[in-house]
Amino acid sequence: MSTSTTLNDIIPGSPAIQESTKVDDVTAMLDSIEGTVGTTRVENPKMEMREVDVFYADKQAIYDVDLDVARNEVIAMIGPSGCGKSTFLRCLNRMNDTIPICRVTGSITLDGVDINTREQDPVLLRARVGMVFQKPNPFAKSIFDNVAYGPRIHGLAANRAELDEIVISSLKRAGLYDEVKSRLDAPGTSLSGGQQQRLCIARTIAVNPEVILMDEPCSALDPIATARIEELIDELRENYAIAIVTHSMQQAARVSQRTAYFHLGKLVEVGKTNDIFTNPQHDLTENYITGRFG
Amino acid sequence: MADKLHLDQHISQKFNDELEDIRNRALLMGGLVEKQVSGGLQALLEGDSELGNQVVHTDHEVNSMEIEIDEMCNGILARRQPAASDLRLIVTVIKVITDLERIGDEAEKLGRFAVDLANSSELPAYRKELRHLGDLVESMLRDALHCFARMDYEAALKTAARDDDINAEYETLSRLLITHVMEDPRQVKNVFNITWCARALERIADHSVNICEYVVFLVKGKDIRHTNPKDISKSLFS
Repeated sequence: MSTSTTLNDIIPGSPAIQESTKVDDVTAMLDSIEGTVGTTRVENPKMEMREVDVFYADKQAIYDVDLDVARNEVIAMIGPSGCGKSTFLRCLNRMNDTIPICRVTGSITLDGVDINTREQDPVLLRARVGMVFQKPNPFAKSIFDNVAYGPRIHGLAANRAELDEIVISSLKRAGLYDEVKSRLDAPGTSLSGGQQQRLCIARTIAVNPEVILMDEPCSALDPIATARIEELIDELRENYAIAIVTHSMQQAARVSQRTAYFHLGKLVEVGKTNDIFTNPQHDLTENYITGRFG
Repeated sequence: MADKLHLDQHISQKFNDELEDIRNRALLMGGLVEKQVSGGLQALLEGDSELGNQVVHTDHEVNSMEIEIDEMCNGILARRQPAASDLRLIVTVIKVITDLERIGDEAEKLGRFAVDLANSSELPAYRKELRHLGDLVESMLRDALHCFARMDYEAALKTAARDDDINAEYETLSRLLITHVMEDPRQVKNVFNITWCARALERIADHSVNICEYVVFLVKGKDIRHTNPKDISKSLFS
């Protein structure tokens, strides 16, 4: 017989089965959460959030969240309605500035530079950190002008030829060009829902952003349009950091490399998407993604 | 029945029922296979050809249960897109029933040999040698199925560890049978048959180990297959 370790040698003598805790009282469980389960930080992050709290007047919506957005990666934020995932996403390009009663504390940096300083122009920030919304919201302009709008106001094109180049390449990258090349003068609103959302993505990438935020980008789309957008998200990852909020767990599982689970304003767990969807460590995460009470 | 995975706490009651149904059927199949192995062994040891035939016929039932449970699992995967412990349960059941079906095939072999040996005019005493190995294998399979029913990963590790004893017993038995053949070469056919039965029992133990490993995956989310015990210890107990 060999003298190597056998299975018998490794089993502790005393029964040590750790039954997973049943979540009887979600609030008590949340109170007991100290920090987040999983690794919130990455090497060489694109954006870093540290000790972020968000308040709407006196009501606190986000509690002490630490999280990094990595380069060339899609991070998905999931959680029940009202858990703060959209609020958190909106912190990343100061969209919360548009809500007077909203107050954000803590530090949020883009390439190591604080984005919440007085010197930081929010309009320039939003060109670097673009956003795609739940409902496609093309301007009441032509397809061409929708995409050309950003480059024009930011002075990204020296002449018409350069502008054409930006518009066409943005439409191509958004996977829409072949469908609209013969009717660039048609109103953006004449497109189908899925096409409008891709137009909005083209508009976002036309100003050469570094980070793209997506807030439920496919919730108004059918499965085919959704599949196109998801394919596009995967392609865009080569050049951008992407943070996406979604109610569709399957979508989070399909498109992201990391997943963050929020509950009642706290970041409960973050980890590799594969791990979160096969073996989550926190009961609240498990209950949410498996559709259990809690 | 212990439910460490809280299978009954989904918001959808129908989903609770579907998962519970799949688990119950897998356990039922386990019970049937367990009975098949006991029957095969008993038929062999007692030279009972009727029981041997019964065991052979039960295999059809085991096979159709495998297909039925497989279809139920496919349905859950397609319609529910299970995640986390639900996903692990479905994946585990699919794997467990594959091993159960193979155990059923090994038990069927025992049944066939029982029929052959019962009709043999020379009733060799050698088949009695199978009793000890058979007892070890039977109890290991029973415990592996209990671990699955109770979702007890620690007991599963202990049960899997017993495969070493079974392998040692199989080696001893093989040596003994070789000695018998050398002493009386006329018995070579019978001894070969007994060797095949011992081999079938040893394979049943291997499938039981697989079931134990799936239980660890089901409960802890760790795949311990092809992993040395020190690394298993690190991933489960540190």
